[in-house]
Amino acid sequence: MTEHAERLQRAASGVWRRPPLIRDWRYRLALALAVLVYLVLASWSVEVNWTRVAEGASRGLNFLGAFLQPDFTSRWRDIQQGLLESLTMTLTSTVIGILLAIPVGIGAARNMAPLPIYLFCRSIIAISRTFQEVIIAILFVVMFGFGPLAGMITLAFATIGFMAKLLAEDIEDIDERQVEAIRATGGSWLQLMNYAVQPQVMPRLIGLSLYRLDINFRESAVIGIVGAGGIGATLNTSLSRYEYDTAAAVLLIIIGIVMMTEYLSGYVRKWVQ
Amino acid sequence: MPVKLIEPGNDLSQAEWKLRTTRQQWLIWLGWLVGISLFLLCWKVISDNTMWVFVEDAPRQGADLLRRMMPPDWAYSERLWKPLWDTLNIATLGTLLGIIMAFPCAFLAARNTTPHPLIRSLALMIIVSSRSINSLIWAMLLVTILGPGILAGILAIALRSIGFVGKLLYEAIEEIHPTPVEAITATGASRMQVMSYAVLPQVMPAFAGISIYRWDINIRESTVLGLVGAGGIGLQLNAAINTLAWDRVSIIFILIFATVLVSEYISAKVRKAFI
Repeated sequence: MTEHAERLQRAASGVWRRPPLIRDWRYRLALALAVLVYLVLASWSVEVNWTRVAEGASRGLNFLGAFLQPDFTSRWRDIQQGLLESLTMTLTSTVIGILLAIPVGIGAARNMAPLPIYLFCRSIIAISRTFQEVIIAILFVVMFGFGPLAGMITLAFATIGFMAKLLAEDIEDIDERQVEAIRATGGSWLQLMNYAVQPQVMPRLIGLSLYRLDINFRESAVIGIVGAGGIGATLNTSLSRYEYDTAAAVLLIIIGIVMMTEYLSGYVRKWVQ
Repeated sequence: MPVKLIEPGNDLSQAEWKLRTTRQQWLIWLGWLVGISLFLLCWKVISDNTMWVFVEDAPRQGADLLRRMMPPDWAYSERLWKPLWDTLNIATLGTLLGIIMAFPCAFLAARNTTPHPLIRSLALMIIVSSRSINSLIWAMLLVTILGPGILAGILAIALRSIGFVGKLLYEAIEEIHPTPVEAITATGASRMQVMSYAVLPQVMPAFAGISIYRWDINIRESTVLGLVGAGGIGLQLNAAINTLAWDRVSIIFILIFATVLVSEYISAKVRKAFI
C-alpha cells in the first residue's frame, strides 16, 4: 500500500515509471543473471560449422527459388500415393482413436469413475501424451512392418491420449444437476451417459475431433520419415534426392490442406455450437 | 416442431414426444451412412497397402522387442548427458529465437495493431505456414541446407515456434481492453508509445505464459529432432535404433520421459506464477 502511495506521489511530481512484470527486484536480478549465465554456457557449447553454413546459403536460396517454382508434375504419382495414404491414415486413425478415447475419457473423469479405473485411464493418457508420435511410430513400425497401418495405429494411439484428457476434463466440468435429474427418473448408467452427460460434452467433442483430425494430418506428414507411410515418406525421399522443387510442392500441398481443414473446422465448430 | 400439440381433439395419452423430426432423423442416418462408407473405403486403402503377414507376427515381435529392451543399459546413460544438454539448448535457444521473431509478427497480425490490412495478411501467412509444418520437417529441410548439427535444430524449433506463439499472441492482442489504449491516445502519445504503454502491459502475462508453454512443447519436440540429424539426444536414439541396441533405446526413452516430466512441472509452476 505504501509502495502504491509512493508511486502515486512520484507520478504527481512528474517522475513515473511503469510497474515491472516481476515486482521484487531481487527476483528480477536473479532471473537476469540466470539468463545471462545460461546464454553464455549455451552459446559456448553450441558448435557451429560456419564454413558448412556458408556453403548452405546458396542451397537455401535454391530452396527458396524452388518454392517459387514448385514441381508438381514429375513426381506426381509419388505425391498422389503419399497423399492418399496420409489422408486415409488421418481419417481412420481419428475415427478409431476417438472411439477408443471415449471410454478412456469417461474412465478418467473423477466424477464418473471409481478410483482404480480412474488411475488406470489416467496412466494410459500420461503414456500416450509424453512420447512424440515419431517415437511411438518407430516402435509400431518395428512391430507391424513398414506402411500406413503402423502410421494409423500410431496416430490412433496419440489421439487417445489427447482426446481422452480433454474429454475427461470436460466431463468433470459438466453441470451435475442434469445428471441428478436423470438419475432421479431411475435411468440406468447407460441412459445417464446418453441423456445427461453426452448432450453436455457433445459440441466440444465434435470441435475437438475436428481439431484432432487437423493435427493427425500434420503428424501423418511427419511419421513417414521413420517408415510409417504417408506423404512424409514422399517428402523424405525428395529431400534426400535434393529435389527441392518436388519437396516444395509437397510442402505447399501440406500447407494448403492444413489451411483448408482449419477453415472448415472453424466453420463446422461455429455451426455446432 | 417435434412435440405434438395437445388440442381438444388430441388425447394427451396419444401425444408422443420425439427428439427429432422424421426429416432430421433421415438426414442423420444419411450422414452416418456416408461417414461409415468413407471410413471403410479408407480402411480398404490402408489394408491394401499392408503386408498382413507382418501384422500377424506383431504380438511376437512386440514381446521380442520388450524382452530386448528390458534390462536398460544403465551404464550407457553416462554418455547421454552431453546430448541431453544439447537437447535442452536446442529447445531453449530455439524458443528464444522463435519468440523474438513471433513478437513483431503478432503485432502486425492483430487486427487492432496492424499498420495495414495487406501487412496483416502477410503476417498471417507467415504464421499459418510456420504452424502447418512440423518442426521435424523444418529440421529435415534445414539439415539438407545447413548440414547436420545443433544449429539446424535450433532454427527448426524457432521457425515452428513463430506460428504457435504468433497465433496465440495476436489473439491475445485482439482481446485487449480498449480503454487503456484510448486513455494513452488521449494524452497525445505516438503510435509506439500507445503500443508500449497501453497494449504491451496488457498482453505481457499472456506472452510470458505462451512462451513458457511453447518451451515445454519444444523440449518434447527437440528430443526427436536428432532422428533427421539435427542434434540432441535423438542422434543417440537414431544410432541405437539403427544398431538394434534396444537396451540403449529403452534408457534413452526413460531419460526423455524424465526430462519431459520435469519440463512440464516447471512450465506449470511458472505459468501459475504469471497468471
